[in-house]
Order: sequence, then C-alpha cells, then structure tokens
Amino acid sequence: MAATLADLRVPVEADVDVVAARQQGRAVAQGIGMPTSLQTMVATAISEVARNMVVYAGKGEIMITEVTNGARRGIKVVARDSGPGIADPVLAMRDGYSTAGSLGLGLPGARRLMDEFELVTAAGEGTTVTMCKWSAE
Amino acid sequence: MGVPILRQGRMLIASVPASADDQDLRQLQRDLASAVSATGAAGVVVDVSGLDVLDSYATRVLETVSQVVRLRGAETVIVGIRPEVAMAMVQLGVTLETVRTGLDLEEGIGMLARGDTVGGGDLG
Repeated sequence: MAATLADLRVPVEADVDVVAARQQGRAVAQGIGMPTSLQTMVATAISEVARNMVVYAGKGEIMITEVTNGARRGIKVVARDSGPGIADPVLAMRDGYSTAGSLGLGLPGARRLMDEFELVTAAGEGTTVTMCKWSAE
Repeated sequence: MGVPILRQGRMLIASVPASADDQDLRQLQRDLASAVSATGAAGVVVDVSGLDVLDSYATRVLETVSQVVRLRGAETVIVGIRPEVAMAMVQLGVTLETVRTGLDLEEGIGMLARGDTVGGGDLG
C-alpha cells in the first residue's frame, strides 16, 4: 500500500475531539469517493476507538490517511495512545467484554465495520489500533 | 451547547444536533429526566435525524434515557435514524431493542398519541 496524501492528525483528549475525529474521517472517506454507507461505517469505527482513548488513556492521537492498493482507494486510520494498554487483548476483542461496566470497548464492533483491523497493546504499554476500509469501486 | 427540548401538549420533543458529543448526550439524559418530572409529560420523542453517527455510547445513552423516562411514567420514541446509520449500528451490534423507534417526528408523535408503545396509555 502506498500513502497518497499527507497524514491528517487529530489529537483526541475530550468528548468534542471524538466528534472532530469522526468528521475528519468522514471527510477523507468522502474525498476518495466512498458511498455514504461506507463513510458512516468509517466514522462510527473512528468514534469507538477515539472514545476508548478519552475514557481509558485520557488522550491520544488519530492519524487518517488515504491509501491505495493497485486501483483500489482506501482510508487508513491509526489510533495511538500511551495509556494503560489492554492487559488481555483477546478478551477485549470478544463481544460484550468491558472493564468499565458498559457494553464493551467497541473494538469488536469497530473491527466488523472496517475491512482490516489490527490491535497492538499490552498492559502499561499503550494501545495502537490500525484499521483500513476500501472503497467499493 | 445543550440539546433543546420542546414541549407539545403532554409530549417532549428533543432534536439532537449534528455536532452533539458524549457530554451533550449525557446532559440531554439529565435534562429529559428533569423535564419529564417538571412537566408531567407522558411521552418523549428524541429526533436523531441530525446525527450522522450513532455509536455504542450514543445508543447506550438513548437506551438509558428511555429507561429513566419510563420509570417516571412516560414513554420514549427515537426517530430519524438515517438508513446508513442503521446499517452501521447493526454491524456494530447495537440495535436499540428495548427502545421504540419511528421513522420521523410525525410518526413518533403519532405513536405516543395512539399509545403504540411498550407502556401503552393515551396522550391524544
């Protein structure tokens, strides 16, 4: 995959940043010609990981990049924080798991919304979620 | 920012703006609980047609609003979920099964007036 545009970096520290991150993601998705339905999936996935950042890490950064794979155009989202990390990532990727008494971390949902998904994390070592979605064309 | 709550007879109508964040939704939850008590409203319509994303947190808040409102003797209808938002919600696994939904404001108000909700009752 080759990045075609300068990275868009969105600092995430508060609730309002979660909205900003997903709006930026939607803008990039729209820019590469994704239909509204796919744009919404990207924006929703970004919303989930951005909120995790605010709730569990306090702050982090989301990088949104346009990517290409041959003729296909896509969007790559990297959500990185230096927070407490996730002690049991396998458990976190299971639907319904949560440490905060809520429905869950939203990670399995974000994975379903995107085409590619990678979680890199460890207790005390922060969390990085990398996800991609390809335009249908 | 806050979400404005309008009163129409025994109904309360809240239209959530596009830029509402988690804090605004939490505030709306508190404001609706207070408003139901203060006005003796029997029905609440929450219009989310302005939202281009409904994620797990927003959905949870809407479910909580519905439960709190019901404990205060009123019914809630969520209206205006966009088709692409509905599709993303299903993928995400949040389906608002415990909350009544309607297509738009008119339908939501009609449902409450006819008593077409879980708790029943006539607001007409």
